[in-house]
Amino acid sequence: MNILVCIKQVPASSKVEVDPVTGVLKRNGVDSKMNPYDLYAIEAALRIREEKGGTISVVTMGPPQAAKVVREAYSLGVDRGAILSDRRFGGADVLATSYTIAQGIKKMGPFDLILCGKQTTDGDTAQVGAEVSEWLGIPSVANVCEIREVGDESIIVAMDMAEDVEITKVQYPCLLSVDKDIFQPRLPSYLKKQATKDREIPVYSLADMEDQEEMHYGLNGSPTQVQRIFPPEVNDSQEFWNGKGEELAERLFNKVKELKFI
Amino acid sequence: MSNYKTLDAADIAFIKNIINDPKRILCGEDINEEYSHDELSDTKSWPDLVVRVLSTEEVSKIMAYAYENNIPVTPRGAGTGLVGSSVPMEHGIMLDTTLMNHILELDQENLTITVEPGVLLMDLAAYVEEHDFFYPPDPGEKSATIGGNISTNAGGMRAVKYGVTRDYVRGLEVVLPDGRVLELGGKIVKNSSGYDLKDLIIGSEGTLGMVTKAVLKLLPLPKKTISLLIPFPTLSQAINTVPLIIQSKSIPTAIEFMQREVIIDAEKYLGKKFPDNQSDAYLLLKFDGSSEEEIERDYDDVAKICLEQGALDVLISDTEERDESIWKARGAFLEAIKGSTTYMDEVDCVVPRNRINELVEYIHSLDQEIQIRIKLFGHAGDGNLHVYILKDELSDEEWEIRMNKAMDLIYAKAHELEGKVSGEHGIGFAKKPYLSRSLSTDAIALMRGIKQVFDPKNLLNPHKICQ
Repeated sequence: MNILVCIKQVPASSKVEVDPVTGVLKRNGVDSKMNPYDLYAIEAALRIREEKGGTISVVTMGPPQAAKVVREAYSLGVDRGAILSDRRFGGADVLATSYTIAQGIKKMGPFDLILCGKQTTDGDTAQVGAEVSEWLGIPSVANVCEIREVGDESIIVAMDMAEDVEITKVQYPCLLSVDKDIFQPRLPSYLKKQATKDREIPVYSLADMEDQEEMHYGLNGSPTQVQRIFPPEVNDSQEFWNGKGEELAERLFNKVKELKFI
Repeated sequence: MSNYKTLDAADIAFIKNIINDPKRILCGEDINEEYSHDELSDTKSWPDLVVRVLSTEEVSKIMAYAYENNIPVTPRGAGTGLVGSSVPMEHGIMLDTTLMNHILELDQENLTITVEPGVLLMDLAAYVEEHDFFYPPDPGEKSATIGGNISTNAGGMRAVKYGVTRDYVRGLEVVLPDGRVLELGGKIVKNSSGYDLKDLIIGSEGTLGMVTKAVLKLLPLPKKTISLLIPFPTLSQAINTVPLIIQSKSIPTAIEFMQREVIIDAEKYLGKKFPDNQSDAYLLLKFDGSSEEEIERDYDDVAKICLEQGALDVLISDTEERDESIWKARGAFLEAIKGSTTYMDEVDCVVPRNRINELVEYIHSLDQEIQIRIKLFGHAGDGNLHVYILKDELSDEEWEIRMNKAMDLIYAKAHELEGKVSGEHGIGFAKKPYLSRSLSTDAIALMRGIKQVFDPKNLLNPHKICQ
């Protein structure tokens, strides 16, 4: 089984600042890490490989520094990886990003199974996975909360549709976007890190792609106009109640009901 | 001594007059059951009156009145203690400090923070970190008050590198049993001015005076931390590696050990899987520094030592999410073990770091010998073990017999290994017999003498520590 996982380097801090003038995320001088949601996709891939054998590749689009997340994937047990990097890929919206990644996948593939995290913690669109599958013309399943059965021709997964859970069987090749907590991601291994420290990471630019039309990539290939970026409002209001156990229990019950948690 | 006065209507009326806010005075049925015990100990005794104090002045007035009228007073923070320190053995008045939870001053010129005693440890940590400062003491119980931490000289998980609560207390405001207010220490870095009364108050478990304000020392916040989770084939291999790590002169902030069975309890308790399951025994190390590269250089030697000693791998936790998946489990051990049985009691002894393996192996042999379930984890880097003896389905009589036998043997072994009764939880009420057995009669007599000087009428938190 040939598995590919799409990964991304994101700012390490959850407190992302937005430049008030340009409205662009401030990335300079901020520590980076692998998008936490991608770790679930890598973990899912590792478990499938443990069961069925095969190889796992990762692909990331970004500046050459994104090699750091590919190295991290190696220290988790991933076999090979590549970076899609070119100045002309810069400024891409979800459409141009998914197109670039789809082109990269064609270059690296073929793959039986492509896994993505639910979304990234910086862009938060949760669209790139599904759009990649469109460009590749393969089926995609989002919100995958469980992998039920890994067959030779197809895979059976459960997808969490908020109101219900759907069990679905998809033929390879296909793309799955996995939910947070599908598995507990493992930690990077020092031994694997040492063993893979010289493993190469190819960098693919526009010149390596099947479609070399510049207008399809980066800012040029992005129909989205960003008006404003702002950090989401955080609601951390707290209430403290004092009283007797029974009264508090009833009050708590009514409150969570009112808030529609139950 | 039982010549204490029982609170009557006139006393309550007087205190109501001082407080002038009926919501902050609880008596009779309004006293929640929680006030009669702490988090663990079966030491149980109800206060006659609970006052949720707001200021030093209120504390001083109430204590002066209690002193005049021979009424016992017991201070209480968040009640997260484990040895009954905050349980009012002679009833009387309980002073609950949880509303004195204000951060009074962050002094960036002196690197100190001044707080009221009811500030919770988690709130203190979050506040200083927001300002790029660091309050290193890190006990597992984050919902404890800083007043409680000072009263037990709480240690926590960063003691290997940074020391314990005592090392971060610069000054205290203390109300003496007769209501006088005393300022001890201050924002000063050095102090050779007579007996250090501040240090006497720290760890005195509210028996000498009541802390109403504290000046704490801060450090600059380390920019980056990385934890290593290291699976070993056996617990003894893991623990035997600790002295070698310490010898290597690289200083982790924490060296903890943990076993699969406790991790499984934590997984059940939190409903979340631990990020590794390849082994039964782990060391968990944490390093801090100013950059990832600096820390990587620091831990590289340690990683090599562990692998030479037979570690199966060295797993790296370098992000908030990864740290949370490990440290949240570590922080939940106590509650998780508690949730795995019907009742339990604990031992918090401390031995020299190079003897901890002997103690752990000995304790493991007791399961069989006494036929009782014992779980443990602890701070391998500072020699402090947390041992939990579980009641499960034992009858009360059997439990008493076996638990006491286990306690006696564990404390005797710790003593033989040149250890002490408590590393960080204190003596309170529950551990008094073990303290008196482990110290010389001269030492106990001196302690009692000190208590007598501070509290001649024995009104403040009686029946604790050395009494």
